[in-house]
Amino acid sequence: MSQTDSSNRAPLVRVENLTKHFSVRIGAYGETKATVHALDEVSFDVQRGETLGLVGESGCGKSTAGLTLLQLHRPTSGKVYFEGNEVTGLSEKEMRPLRRRMQIIFQDPYSTLSPRMTVGNAIGEPLWLHELASGKEAQERISRLLNDVGLNPAFAFRYPHEFSGGQRQRVCIARALACEPEFIVCDEPISALDVSIQAQIINLLQDLQEEYDLTYLFIAHDLAVVRHISDRVAVMYLGRVVEMAPKESLFDNPLHPYTNALLLSVPVPNPRQERQREHIVIEGNVPSAISPPSGCRFHPRCPLAFEPCDHVVPEWREAEPGHWVACHAV
Amino acid sequence: MSVLLDVQDLQTRFQVRKGHVYAVNGVSFQLDQGETLAVVGESGCGKSVTMLSLVRLLPPAASIESGQVLLRGEDLLQLNLRQLRDVRGGEIGMIFQDPMTSLNPFINIGTQMAEPLIYHRGMSKSEALARSAELLEMVGIPDGAARLREYPHQFSGGMRQRVMIAMSMSCEPAVLIADEPTTALDVTIQAQIVELVKELRDRSGVAVIWITHDLSVVAGIADRVIVMYAGYIVEEAPVDALFEDPRHPYTVGLMGALPSLAGETGTRLTTIGGSPPDLVDLPEFCPFHPRCPYAIDRCRKENPMLEPVIDAGDGGHRAACWVDIREVELEAGAAAGSV
Repeated sequence: MSQTDSSNRAPLVRVENLTKHFSVRIGAYGETKATVHALDEVSFDVQRGETLGLVGESGCGKSTAGLTLLQLHRPTSGKVYFEGNEVTGLSEKEMRPLRRRMQIIFQDPYSTLSPRMTVGNAIGEPLWLHELASGKEAQERISRLLNDVGLNPAFAFRYPHEFSGGQRQRVCIARALACEPEFIVCDEPISALDVSIQAQIINLLQDLQEEYDLTYLFIAHDLAVVRHISDRVAVMYLGRVVEMAPKESLFDNPLHPYTNALLLSVPVPNPRQERQREHIVIEGNVPSAISPPSGCRFHPRCPLAFEPCDHVVPEWREAEPGHWVACHAV
Repeated sequence: MSVLLDVQDLQTRFQVRKGHVYAVNGVSFQLDQGETLAVVGESGCGKSVTMLSLVRLLPPAASIESGQVLLRGEDLLQLNLRQLRDVRGGEIGMIFQDPMTSLNPFINIGTQMAEPLIYHRGMSKSEALARSAELLEMVGIPDGAARLREYPHQFSGGMRQRVMIAMSMSCEPAVLIADEPTTALDVTIQAQIVELVKELRDRSGVAVIWITHDLSVVAGIADRVIVMYAGYIVEEAPVDALFEDPRHPYTVGLMGALPSLAGETGTRLTTIGGSPPDLVDLPEFCPFHPRCPYAIDRCRKENPMLEPVIDAGDGGHRAACWVDIREVELEAGAAAGSV
């Protein structure tokens, strides 16, 4: 990367106050309309070449953030910029050339590959759709992609059922790489895999990032994995980002009480430390996103909650350089 | 401490179209009174089938080919179904992975919780309900009496798992088998459940078999650990010894593959090459040799037995491996040093 190129300093992806609400019907006969506040005023940016980790418990909106960012969900409000250009509001047709540059890898490698399509065709499909290659050239690209993700190029003629979970995830990665994207949303890419296979996929993603200068938004619920792979980390709770910082400051000096509680909940793989460690568990459950708590959404479970927390939404501010947090108490 | 449960040479296989799935291949272990034993392994390593075999909760395609499961000297594999029913939920309580499917959605919590108390303890319905309310409070569900009238869908995942724990503990079992009880739960809820089980265990003295794929959870709860691979026990050790001095290459590989919140971050994870074997078509002899960086000729000719490791220390550290990996590492270190 050259220092003079101004696009290096501007963020590759910028998300501003992104909000996504889903309308649902609840009650036994669906007689009541309700709104799921899946994502509320989320802002972050992703620098070129970095990995931004997005963590949170199930239902916190982290996957919705990834899908809305890619315009796979239309946002309720808010804006997304790619290389400084707004992509929110673009038509499907206008979006098409950008889709080539923004790809996604999903959690479940079993349901994301068509069982009736050979692996080679699955990987080649983006090439043909974006008219990037055809015929012999496409075949060569497919072989090279399979090789890149550690699979035998001869596997191109096989079907997904012939592969294990880890191998299928490699195929999904090859498919995401096919049209040479710059930005990849990794939506829990290793959660469905066994521990020994997880490590293989993490290493593969890191190698590919280095080789092809990729930028990742890495969505996961496993804090140890996120710490391992990310440069910066954003923590989500119930549709909002509560804290975002370079990973060292986030893990060594968490400011938000939720981040702190989350870190204390992670078991340490060392029996002696586990026995000595303080075991503070946060009480209660994540409330429903249909009627999220007023003010700070964490306040009913927060050990530090005080007067303004239940009615004033905490401001998203930079508490230390590069370390953002939304909390009244810090 | 006295041995409560003694499992000898257990073999379980499944009949499938392609032949047999060799799920459990000669597993032997003991569980002491009040002890917590963790069983670790990846999916398909036979850890759940082993534990389901103990109480014969297996699907029709499965058969237990050989072995003994002695609970206080009585072989559970020889009991008839009537006798076995007294053991299930009585002497041996169970919690399963998915609290969403292990409760009946059509029956209220109270009726479901009262059932084992009426069956095993001969309580009347009202006594059983009163006891159930106490049990709910014990597992941290406030206002237990009112919640007994509610249905499973009115409880969150963590709460349902608490209900399952209350039910499994209701008849004061001697053994609690917990099959991946926190896998379906979020990390903050997992921490709550782990703390709850530890507290109940310490209070009641129940022996726990905790099945999991997550080594980090094991560190906090277990006294002793069994590592399984392809239906075999490959290593067995007290928890400290396992984490500080793992001897089987598979255990070493699993530990290296685990990113932690405390470790170095700039490093690459060490990986185990390849994937776990197909249980229909197991590698001959040592099941791990195709993926093992330490494999020698002997591994492809003879199956290693689970034997005490060199310098085992107290508590019985055993591994099934022909290679002393510490020696190999020392030699490798010396070779690297002399270059």
